[in-house]
Amino acid sequence: MSSIILRTGVRFVTPLMLLLAALLVLRGHNEPGGGFIGGLLAAAGLILQTLASGSGASRRLIRVAPLTLVSGGLLLAAFSGFLAMIGCGAFMTAIWVESLGLGTPLLFDLGVFMVVVGTTLTVIEGMAEGNA
Amino acid sequence: MTVLLAVAIGALYACGIYLMLRRSLVKLLLGLVLISHAANLLIFTAGGLRRGAAPIVRAGEEALTRPHADPLPQALVLTAIVISFGVLAFALALFRRVHQSIGADDVDRMRSTDT
Amino acid sequence: MNLLAVPILLPLVFASVMLATRWPRVQRLLSVAGALGLFLVNLAILWQVDRVGVATLQVGGWPAPAGITLVADRLSAVMLVMTGAMGLGIAVYSLGEIRRRKQRFGYHTLLHVLLMGVCGAFLTGDLFNLFVWYEVMLIASFVLLTLGGRRGQLEGAIKYVTINLVASAFFLAALGVLYGMTGTLNMADLAHAVDRIDRPELLTVLAMMFLVAFGLKAGVFPLFFWLPASYHTPPTAITAIFSALLTKVGVYSMIRMFTLVFVQNVGWTHGLLLAIAGLTMVSGVLGAAVQSDMRRILSFHIVSQIGYLLMGLGLAGPAVAALHVPGRTLNDRAAMAVAALGLGGTVFFMVHVILAKTALFLVCGVVERLRRSASLDRVGGLATTHPVLAGLFLVAALSLAGIPPLAGFWAKFMLVRAGLEGAAWVVTTAALGTGLLTLYSMTKIWAEAFWKPLPAGELQRRDRVMTRGTRLLMYGPTFAIVGAIVAIGLWPASLEAFATRTAAQLVDPSEYVAAVSNHAIFSRSDRERAAMPADSGTSGEAPR
Repeated sequence: MSSIILRTGVRFVTPLMLLLAALLVLRGHNEPGGGFIGGLLAAAGLILQTLASGSGASRRLIRVAPLTLVSGGLLLAAFSGFLAMIGCGAFMTAIWVESLGLGTPLLFDLGVFMVVVGTTLTVIEGMAEGNA
Repeated sequence: MTVLLAVAIGALYACGIYLMLRRSLVKLLLGLVLISHAANLLIFTAGGLRRGAAPIVRAGEEALTRPHADPLPQALVLTAIVISFGVLAFALALFRRVHQSIGADDVDRMRSTDT
Repeated sequence: MNLLAVPILLPLVFASVMLATRWPRVQRLLSVAGALGLFLVNLAILWQVDRVGVATLQVGGWPAPAGITLVADRLSAVMLVMTGAMGLGIAVYSLGEIRRRKQRFGYHTLLHVLLMGVCGAFLTGDLFNLFVWYEVMLIASFVLLTLGGRRGQLEGAIKYVTINLVASAFFLAALGVLYGMTGTLNMADLAHAVDRIDRPELLTVLAMMFLVAFGLKAGVFPLFFWLPASYHTPPTAITAIFSALLTKVGVYSMIRMFTLVFVQNVGWTHGLLLAIAGLTMVSGVLGAAVQSDMRRILSFHIVSQIGYLLMGLGLAGPAVAALHVPGRTLNDRAAMAVAALGLGGTVFFMVHVILAKTALFLVCGVVERLRRSASLDRVGGLATTHPVLAGLFLVAALSLAGIPPLAGFWAKFMLVRAGLEGAAWVVTTAALGTGLLTLYSMTKIWAEAFWKPLPAGELQRRDRVMTRGTRLLMYGPTFAIVGAIVAIGLWPASLEAFATRTAAQLVDPSEYVAAVSNHAIFSRSDRERAAMPADSGTSGEAPR
């Protein structure tokens, strides 16, 4: 599929979707949003790119193998829970830096985001290449 | 509303099971999709339908404004949707590969491992 | 130091690192190291739980029932240890058995994800999380089952995937309705929340839904047909870890639910469990009798052994029901003794059957490796060419059949004694008869694969050569497991005492409930307090 309309459209739509995904991840703790939904949106944007200019286009865009993304995301999520154990809290206890509004749940959400993007891209790419 | 949803759940289950009893792999997969939807809707309904605000604490407030919906069934459904997304994506990939390797969509031709 | 999150975290971290690693050698090393670490941590948990009492952890510091509870009592802890042990054994064994190409294709990562799911299922104190861990386990097992993608594997996977998804949907629907009726999914909270339901007969209906969901996973009569249709297709190491852990998670969930929550109508529920137990034993072993492939025979035996595990649970019904009311002690000494023997027997049998079945599958894997087939028509004469292998098989097989002085004998002895004292004549007869038929089935494998001379048509096909390293990797774990079977058989007293202690904890769930509710806000009236964080730690009971 290489329609010029799609290719031109994607050039605008994909960045917008990625931006919206980032927004959803950031506001996810207290409002609707979060790592999963943001990840799905980002993956959808990247898949649009794949549809428009062939498989490999999204790979060039994110520069790492999707499975590495999954692995990094899992580690990040585990690490965010592990931080609390160092401070003698229960596993996964949230630690917040109040002044900045940042905390370990955000790290966890980022981890989830990476896992979702990685998994979705793996599945879709596998199917696109016909060796799922 | 509960009655309506109950009917919808029943219809989803019925369609899902009917599709699963067909011999085609695609219909089997669609049946699984419908059944997982039915289960999600069932949790949602069984958790109790309530007219009220979304269970989100507004900015500047300390507690939820009443009446509000029970957040737990929603969380359960959300998780279940995520899980069924992953599992069904795998099932789809598997069925596609089976179709490629066996060259048939017919479950009746997949009996060589049966006992 | 609260270790309860570690059995979940450790495999997760190892799996993610292995996923990103490109060097197969590092992956293999990490796989064994991770499994060893998991085993050691689980041993520590068992030691702690047995000495100090039920351990709990509220994830994130959020109190139960809204927060996620991890809880380990003796049953969970012993299951964790078995998971760690089998994980370690299989991680080593598969280095020898599984083709290098498959190993590179994420085999070790998936193995650890599977171990994480199983550990999570044993540790969680919350029904919905149990569902989540089931799915983690399932996804990993789906991919493991299809790894390599031979036609048989794909066909087996279709059945496995479909049935397991249906079972999950059942489970999900059942827990949704349970939440609607009780307003909680925390198992300790449920133990008493179910008493407040105004229409108890609905609870029995729900119990049946859970029975079907768990029964499908555990492979009980009449829901086991998918198991022998799929378990013989993947490489043997994968079949071995499935047989050791997956069906056992189903049984574990049943034990949990039918000692803690669904004990209002034991005449029906536990009576039904007994009937299912008997039918599962008999139908499994009869199914095995007509098969002529080692792995298919062993797959049917998985089913048949599940029956024994349920038998102990069913026998404990009256005592569990009587002790359900808090603060009440049971005067009926006889029912108490039956329950202690029955559940104790179940725990003992669980340890035994995991060891024996895994050992048998591992031996079967070696045979397949040597002769390229596990079909009894195509192998023979292994007793003379491979006497050590024959010896390993013999010990494991005799233990499975229940011949003294091996572990299986003591396990069956406890169960049969419970059956006799509980006057459950039919199921006890079935148990004894199944033992006999198991012996027949094992004799058949022995006579065909090990004793008879190699069939004439197969003479020119030479054994595949195993390098010294491969032999070490494949025989090592088998030796260790068979050694454990013999050791338990010769010194059964300490395991029996432990099993009885476990049974006591299961029959009277007050310690379990108390441990969880220490960090919980269970009264529904003041929900607002649920916003307060709670500490976590090991609960109350004084050291013995």
